[in-house]
Amino acid sequence: MSEFLQQLVNGLTSGSVYALIALGYTMVYGILRLINFAHGDIYMLGAFIGWFAARALHAGQQPNPLKALAVLVIAMVGCGLAGVIIERLAYKPVRKSPRLSALITAIGVSLLLENGARLLFGADPKFFPQIVTLQNIPLGGGVTISNHQIIILTVSVVLMFALRVVVLHTKVGKAMQAVSFNPTAAALMGISVDRIITFTFMIGSMLAAAAGVLVAMKDPKIEPYMGLLPGLKAFVAAVLGGIGNVPGAVLGGLVMGIAEVMVVGYVSPTYRDAIAFVLLIVILLVRPSGILGRSTTEKV
Amino acid sequence: MRRLTWIVSSLAILAALDRILPALLNPYALQILTRCGVSVILAVSLNLINGFTGQFSLGHAGFMAIGAYTAAMISLHLGAPWAATMIHLGAPAQLAQGAALLIALLAGGSAAALAGYLVGLPSLRLRGDYLAIVTLGFGEIIRVIITNVNAVGASRGLPDIPHWASPFWVCLGALCVILVSVHLARSTHGRALFAIRDDEVAAEALGVDTTRYKVLAFVMGSFFAGIAGGLYAHDIGFLNPDTFQFTRSIEIIAMVVLGGLGSVSGSVLAAIVLTVLPELLRPIRDLRMIIYSLMLIVLMIVRPQGLFGQHELKLPWFKRRASTA
Repeated sequence: MSEFLQQLVNGLTSGSVYALIALGYTMVYGILRLINFAHGDIYMLGAFIGWFAARALHAGQQPNPLKALAVLVIAMVGCGLAGVIIERLAYKPVRKSPRLSALITAIGVSLLLENGARLLFGADPKFFPQIVTLQNIPLGGGVTISNHQIIILTVSVVLMFALRVVVLHTKVGKAMQAVSFNPTAAALMGISVDRIITFTFMIGSMLAAAAGVLVAMKDPKIEPYMGLLPGLKAFVAAVLGGIGNVPGAVLGGLVMGIAEVMVVGYVSPTYRDAIAFVLLIVILLVRPSGILGRSTTEKV
Repeated sequence: MRRLTWIVSSLAILAALDRILPALLNPYALQILTRCGVSVILAVSLNLINGFTGQFSLGHAGFMAIGAYTAAMISLHLGAPWAATMIHLGAPAQLAQGAALLIALLAGGSAAALAGYLVGLPSLRLRGDYLAIVTLGFGEIIRVIITNVNAVGASRGLPDIPHWASPFWVCLGALCVILVSVHLARSTHGRALFAIRDDEVAAEALGVDTTRYKVLAFVMGSFFAGIAGGLYAHDIGFLNPDTFQFTRSIEIIAMVVLGGLGSVSGSVLAAIVLTVLPELLRPIRDLRMIIYSLMLIVLMIVRPQGLFGQHELKLPWFKRRASTA
């Protein structure tokens, strides 16, 4: 039982990271109907920006919460900016093109980020400095949680809550919902669709950056291709919860994280990467719109 | 009769090329040529699914992997001993090896086609992006399974596959898939596929059995992907599950889209360009993938419909044949 609870704690932690990345996928898809394949690489970029920030601030030598927070914020701002630039330069020109060309553009951006990172930072893995000293806290019953895990959970929950407030209770958030519901009508109501799309990319990229820094804090090895698989899985998580649906992305991420940890714990660690896709195929066959997604009837 | 002479003469030309090319080209160029052939098969076969039928598949590497591993296992355990016995009994080496390779390729193709059938079935329920994601997931699952099966070498890879895939076989495979595509495009079946791509509901209303044709497209596309995988295995001589990562599927998609969805000649040309280009860019090393990705982005911005759009490259010779056929 204690092993199960321990797995649950680990699963929730990695699930909340998936959820953070999945939110970016789902928001962009909700507004543009674009699978932003470069999103996983933004997560990688976040980890690298965090790495530079941590070194510049000497956050590894004398860890203190303020510096760690600064690292997180710098990475988020940097990635938010990168998201805006990418959207403006690469995605905006293909917005009116067939959707497949937009997808190929996203793939191109993903390749560019990976190889750009390889050129700039080198192909060899870097080690993220310990911005928070690791401490294991026993929870009783043989279950322990590390302070890293607590930080991951807290930061994720805070960010998700902030996102919820932004989407539901601010003018920009309402505009985002409107654009996602019907871009043409939203434009007619005086909403600057372009600006909303850019804003969505910025928010999504910031969340991915946070995920990157959080993961790098826990597993310090970072390299240019680190975003590939988590990106894919987070995307699957977004589909699992119902793509375009914000709470769905969080739920999907958590389900994914827990399922993965359970497979590692009880089946075989080597099947870890397969469970995400098995889950995906099952859910799509049983309920194609995802757990929380609303199925749409096709108009002819 | 005309067709028969055409087949015989093209086979003869290919066989002659098989002899001449190794003398003319250095091994490096020869290998690039072989890889171009494999890419052409992959791109044209994916074009059957994505370009002709409009079903978005992101799992072509998975089908390729199934074909590659099936063909390699058959060659390793049945083909190679059989060919050795035949050669021992006095059969010409090329003939015995060719026959063994052909059987291995067909088996690989069939295994991939079966997988394509299984993946095609859910495509009845899913559309657009969802289908894309399922095929993506399928490709990844195949790779993870291969990584876990010890009999095929798991993550260590499968070594010592006989190097039977000479330019003759690769070009023959490419020729087959191109001919099938071109003829399909002109046939009733091809029209049905185009109709599904252009408007599935309208096609169904007009009496096209959309289910059957979508599955057909998947089966055909994956069959040739399996053949390409088999050729790849017998060219490189070593298989590794990492070869069939999701990025491989992406590469193939890039070829199809770059060439223009639905254009066979576009797929062929883009496959060759995208295979040769990274090699040409090799001297600038680290920059080459950056240039490659930038080109992909710029091309999509400047020419979103791909190099050829839906048009075919028409050679005068080709036109004449088309009118007489």
